Order: sequence, then C-alpha cells, then structure tokens
Amino acid sequence: MATADELRELMRTEGAAVATNTQAFNDGRYASVSDLEDYEALKREARAIKEDAIERLPELLERLTETVEENGGTVYLADDAADANEYIRSVAAEREANRVVKSKSMTSEELEVNEVLEKDGVDVVETDLGEWVLQLADEAPSHIVAPAIHKSRDAIAELFNERFDPDEPLETAEELTRFARETLGEQIIDAEVGLTGANFIAAETGTMALVTSEGNARKSVAATDTQITVAGVEKIVPTVSDLQPFVELIGRSGTGQDITSYISLLTPPVETPVVDFEDDTTPISEFDNDREFHLVLVDNGRMDMRDDEHLRETLYCIRCSACSNSCANFQSVGGHAFGGETYSGGIATGWEAGIEGQDVAAEFNDLCTGCTRCVNACPVGIDIPWINTVVRDRTNRESEGPADWLVDGLTPDDEDEGAPLQKRFFGNFETVAKLGSATAPVSNWLAGTTVSRQFMARFLEVDPRRELPTFERETLVDWFADRESTVVDPERRAVLYPDLYTNHVQVDRGKAAVRVLEALGVDVVIPQVPSSGRAPISQGMVATAADHAERVADTLAPHVADGRDIVVVEPSDYAMFQREYERFVDEERFTALADGSYEILEYVYGLLENGSDVSALATTEDGAVAYHSHCQQRTLGLEAYTVAVLEECGYDVATSDVECCGMAGSFGYKSDYYELSMDVGDRLRKQLQVDGVRERPVVASGTSCLEQIDALLERQPRHPIELLAE
Amino acid sequence: MTARLSSFESSLDELGVSVTRVDPGSLCERLDELITAPAVGVAPEEAFDDPSLSLAETAIEVDPTPAALREATTGVTGARVGVADYGSVTLSMTDRGSELVSLFVDRHIAVLRAADILATMEDGIDALDDEIGRTRGSSIIATGPSATADMGALVNGAHGPRDVHVLVIEEEGS
Repeated sequence: MATADELRELMRTEGAAVATNTQAFNDGRYASVSDLEDYEALKREARAIKEDAIERLPELLERLTETVEENGGTVYLADDAADANEYIRSVAAEREANRVVKSKSMTSEELEVNEVLEKDGVDVVETDLGEWVLQLADEAPSHIVAPAIHKSRDAIAELFNERFDPDEPLETAEELTRFARETLGEQIIDAEVGLTGANFIAAETGTMALVTSEGNARKSVAATDTQITVAGVEKIVPTVSDLQPFVELIGRSGTGQDITSYISLLTPPVETPVVDFEDDTTPISEFDNDREFHLVLVDNGRMDMRDDEHLRETLYCIRCSACSNSCANFQSVGGHAFGGETYSGGIATGWEAGIEGQDVAAEFNDLCTGCTRCVNACPVGIDIPWINTVVRDRTNRESEGPADWLVDGLTPDDEDEGAPLQKRFFGNFETVAKLGSATAPVSNWLAGTTVSRQFMARFLEVDPRRELPTFERETLVDWFADRESTVVDPERRAVLYPDLYTNHVQVDRGKAAVRVLEALGVDVVIPQVPSSGRAPISQGMVATAADHAERVADTLAPHVADGRDIVVVEPSDYAMFQREYERFVDEERFTALADGSYEILEYVYGLLENGSDVSALATTEDGAVAYHSHCQQRTLGLEAYTVAVLEECGYDVATSDVECCGMAGSFGYKSDYYELSMDVGDRLRKQLQVDGVRERPVVASGTSCLEQIDALLERQPRHPIELLAE
Repeated sequence: MTARLSSFESSLDELGVSVTRVDPGSLCERLDELITAPAVGVAPEEAFDDPSLSLAETAIEVDPTPAALREATTGVTGARVGVADYGSVTLSMTDRGSELVSLFVDRHIAVLRAADILATMEDGIDALDDEIGRTRGSSIIATGPSATADMGALVNGAHGPRDVHVLVIEEEGS
C-alpha cells in the first residue's frame, strides 16, 4: 500500500500533469456522450454483447481459431505470460527479426514481452508516441490509454534533447511530434515484425479492431511482413456488426473524442503488398503480399476470472479509462499509485487480482473509496466499486488479524478472521457512535485529549490533523420519542430512517427533516433501526455489511407493508438501499425497500410536485447558496431534486461539479490518505471560492462532504434540509 | 441524399477536414487543383469498379514505386463508404497498396461517391460487416487526420496524414 510519503511525492512530481489531463478527458466524456441520441441504450447494448461473449467464450474461441486459420493465419492459445512470450520469441527468431515495431498494447505490457525479445537481441520499438516516451525514459505507464499522462511537455522536451541532442533544441508539442514521427518512421519501414494488440476480435470473420489515433498501428502492420497480435481471450465478440456500440462508446468514454482517428478493422494477413521501401523501380502493385499472421490469445488467469462470480465482470472491460478519469483519487495521484503491475484505475483491482494475484491488487485497492462515480461512466456498466469491495474483503481475510485485546468490545462484527484493526474500527462505527452518544460529552472531551489522539494515531492510524465527529448526548431517536406528532390529517406517512450520523452526530439535520416533513403534512415515525452497513462495506467487511442489510430490511419491511415511505437523509445509506442491498437481501425485500425509499430532498420534491404548499417551508426572496451534491447521490441521479427544491424555495443555486469531495467516509481520516484527501478536496474548495460563489452559504448532502467542507472553508456548511426548516 | 451529404459535410467541418463536391466529369481537374505535388494515388476506378474514374488525366502518379511513395506529399485513394454523423470514411485495403498511399503521406485525398454516404455509424458498421463477411478483407474507419496529444498538446499528423480532404462525386440526378 502506498504510504503518505509516497503519495505526497507522486502528487508533487506527477500530480499537476495527471490532474490536468484526466480532468480534461473526464470533461470531454461528459460533453461527448451528451451528443448521443440514447447513451444509456448504447451502454446496455455494449454490456449485453460482452455478457453474451464471455458466456459463450469457449465456443467463440473455437470459431475464431477456425476463421483465422481459414484466412491463412495461425492461432496460439497461451496459458500464461511465459507461454505467450516463448511463442512470440520463436516467431521472431524464425523470421530472423532484427527489429519488432509495436503499437500500443496493454496485453503486451502484461506479458512484459519487450524484455524477453530484447534478451534475444531484438530491437523492440514502441511506436505509440506516449509509449515511446516511456520506453526512452524507462518508466511505466501511468494511464491505460494515455500512458505518459504524467509527463509534461517540458519533461518530454528535456528527455528528447538530452537523449538525441538535436541541432535545434525541441520545444513545442508540434516539434516534438514531428521529431518522433520522423525518427520512428525510419525505424518502422526497416522492421520485420509488427506487434499489435487488439481492442476487439470478431470470431465470425477473424477480424480485429484496433482503436488508435496516431496511425502507428496501421504503419506497423502495413510496413512489415510478419504481424503478431496479442490479445486477452476476453476480447472476442461474435461478429463485426457487434462492434458498433463499442466504436461509438470507446473514444467518448475514454478521452472524450466522439471517435478516434482510426478504427482499423483488420482481417489478417492483410492484402497490402509487402514492399521494399528503398525500391525505386518496382511499382507497389508488383510486390507480393506474402504476410504471416500470428494471433496469440492470452489466458493468464482470465478463464479463472470467468469462473469467479465477482471478478467475471472485469472481463467486460474495454480498457477505455473512464474509471480512471472519473475517479477523484486517480485525478490526484494517477496510475503510478492507483495501479498494479500493468493496469491502473478502478477496474485495475479486478485485473490485477485475476492476473497477478490478490497481493498485487491489495497494494492499491484502498484508493477506491466506493464513491461510484465510475459506475455510470463505464460503457459496459461494470460495478467497479463492488469488485474493489470484494477484493478488499478477500485481502482482509488473508491478512493476519489484530490482537484480541484491541478488538474486543469495539468490533462486534461478523468478520470471522482478518480485517485489520483500522478497518474494523471504521467498519464498526455504529458501536463507536453508540458508545460516543451514551458517554457524551465525556466521550468528545476524551477523544480530543492528547492521549486518545495518540492512541488513535498509533493503533487506528487516524490522522491527528482531522477533527473528530462530535457525538450528541441525545440521539435523534431519543429526541423524537419524547415528542408528539403535529400532523393530524396526514398527506402521507413516512419512516425517517435514523442513519448513523443523523442519529448520533448531525442530529440537527434530522430534527430539521422532521419539521419539514411535518410542515408538508407527513406523519413521521423514527423507529430504532440498525445502521445500513455502509461503514463495514467501505472497509471490505462484506459479511458484516450483509448482516446489517438483513436486519435493516427486516426492521423496515413491516413499515413498508404498512404503507409508510422510507425517507433517508444520508445519501450513502440511501445508496445502500438502492444498490448494494440487491446483493444482500432477497429480491422481494430488496425491491420493496428500494422502491419504497426516498432521499429526503427527492421526497420533498415529490410532495411539492403533488400539491404540497411550498409556503409551509422557510422560503427566501433573494437567497443564494452553493450546493455540493454527494458522489453516490449524483450517481443515482438525485442532485437535480435538491437543486429544484432549493430553487422553488427562492434560492439561486450554484453547484459544484467535482466528482467527489475527497473525504469519502473514513478515507480522509486515515493517516496515509489525509493529504490525498485534502488534495482532492482542494478542487472543491476552489469551486466554492470563485467569484460569485465565495460569499454564498454552502449546503451539502453527505456527512463526509460536510466534514470535508468544514475543514476546507471558513464557512460552516449545512445540510440543505436545514435551510427549509428555518 | 442531400441531407446526408450536408450532415456529412458539417461533421467533416467540425473535424477540420475540407470537402469538395464534384461532378464525375471534372474529377481530374479538381484533383489537380487539390494535390500538393508530388502526388501518388490508387485510382478510384479500382475501389468503385468504374473505369470512368481513372486518374490517367491527372498529375497523380498511379501505382508508384515505394521510393516514390516516400517522396510523395499527397496520396489519393477511393473511400468505399462515408458515415454522415461522424464524418468518417472507410478505406479498404487492396493489393495495389491503397493502405500505404493513404497513410505514408502528409495529405490524404479520399474520393467518395455521394451515393455511398450512409446516415449513421450503425449503417456504416453494417456495410462493413457485409463487405468483410463476403471478402474477408480489411478496412479502416478513418475520421479526420492522424493526431496525438502525447506530446503535451493536440498535434495533427502523428504517424499518418496531418491533412485530409474529401472529394465527393455527385452523380447526375443524385
């Protein structure tokens, strides 16, 4: 796991370039997909094709082998990297190749085939300009699509000038590109073997799709007489027509281009004549096209991933990089921290766990905070946070458990083995909160003492720079139990779900919610309900989270059956009911709870739309606020309700558009991640400090967001419901 | 048809690709105006199986030697299909080296028949699926010039052409 020092160093050296480039890609994605007539339908179509192809993989593999052989090529199915490399070596040796020119291929990075060929004395040249920069600099890719995303133009210029000592020092992007084009152009026409990856391969015709913009893959194939293509077995789709949704989605999802310059649909060996580029007498058409083609299909753990119900979805990944670019943490540290041996970004956890092993994935898996911003961005709808949760759970179970004396009492969870103490502390936050309220204000006073903070810093790795939540002595449930409902003839009847934070820490927003609901004619009850399981799931404690889900569903079911709506203040808990509970409770109870529950402002919006009178709420003539929606709330499409209600109450609303505040539950409390969390938060701070926003009160929906904004700004933020209850 | 052509033209415009409409009779004349010498080409007559689309009357060297190809600034090839909503053209690979001529030059001129412009990418992929299914051939869906952002800013002309021009042949009555 990257330490605070390592993350700090990466943010210092690579952070600026990574942040600028990933955010540009991410903004481009939003703009580009908004041009599509039906983006969601296209994603569903892409997903369905991948689901079907992985399901039928053995049959498609067989068909592809037949068609490639009919076309005159050779197929080699490699069990692992060593097997694939041995085959590629033998092809290069047989061809007596002096030089292999490569187009960009993540699978070849996975194989580390360059080193193997170089040992045989073969000159291996990366022709993708980004990959070439890294080859010269002897660095690893930091992004799956734009491998040199961490390098600035200045750094590349310095590298080229040092390495090649050109007559005139190179400076502009134009000059650097021109120089690379010329240098690599000479090397390409002189090579014997072209080594490519493949984005997709159609089994029915043996046609591979290569998604590129530079034209180097085209040249590497056209200028050589031997084509080797390496591809993971998961790249196979049935037919060329199945490529359509991917062709429309891959560029938009990744770098925000509607389409890349070239989608090569090659059915090798290709027809282009194999020419001698020095020949000045023979017309091109008189050269033969006697090309060899070798398709190396790589298993390397993929067939086992296919059999793993949780990792299987990883195989749908089309390597677009949307999950990297949309990830707030990735935007700060890039793939050198948020990545494994080969792959980077959120989906890398699945790839590295399946290909390299659990331990490699564990190195960076904590950087996924489960904010879910990648979920809607993924063109094949992979539940990337869930893969990260499962891998974290497996890592917990493989690691050594903490000493019993530290665990007893604070962590009454269902984790039979393993989770580290810090994870169990945060995962069992319900117990901490109950104790905290029961003993407040002593607990708050004690938590603030030097001795406690030292204990927390040492054993729980809670960063001493963070303020700790202050527990209220009187919980929301206790407060509510002592009062009479003010509603006589209710419009609707609801349960206000006492989520952990609203019940123990931010009790005021719970009280405000009750007042608003009652003002709008809702009969409210607040029963004792277990916490949602959000805290344990964020620590990868799946069994504990599942137990919470069961108990919550059981407790709420009678209320739902009785016709009460379930209203939730904390978006991360609401998201549990809508997303994760599907995995934990049976379909009937999941659907009842998911359909019957509402985020608080979504519910208020519904009441107002259905005739409740806004004048029952606190309204304003000329109010202005800045609103930061919660990451998981935005993924569920709920931001608009809060904005609409605030506007109806007379506010002018300025909204943030950062993907996440950076706090993400416990993440920002952890010593290793405090500075990263603040770096992510800084992007939100800047948006809240621009002209026209700087003077506005700030409202935010999530507990974490409120804590983070409190740390970022002088202004103390509040939950939007509190504005309506004034 | 006219709507598709206009949509194709506006997509190309967004990509910074210039486009010219031409009637079959003045193809050679227009090509001579558009090329930057030295120019090489694969006659569109091959792509379209239409002898009237010969390049014999132009300054373009048809079926050049590899050395002449490397010296050339402009490359002219046929494009089988146009895709209106993306401004893409499909470039088939042929044994006359169409791929080399469209790729190893600074300026690529793609000659396309107006009737071959399809409305959507879905139609374009279906046409390729059909073509590849029959021929087991290869095609490039080319959209705008070769480009890279790997050197710190977007630059046209990475490994392939930095400048693309599309010449659309409008048959009479089309």
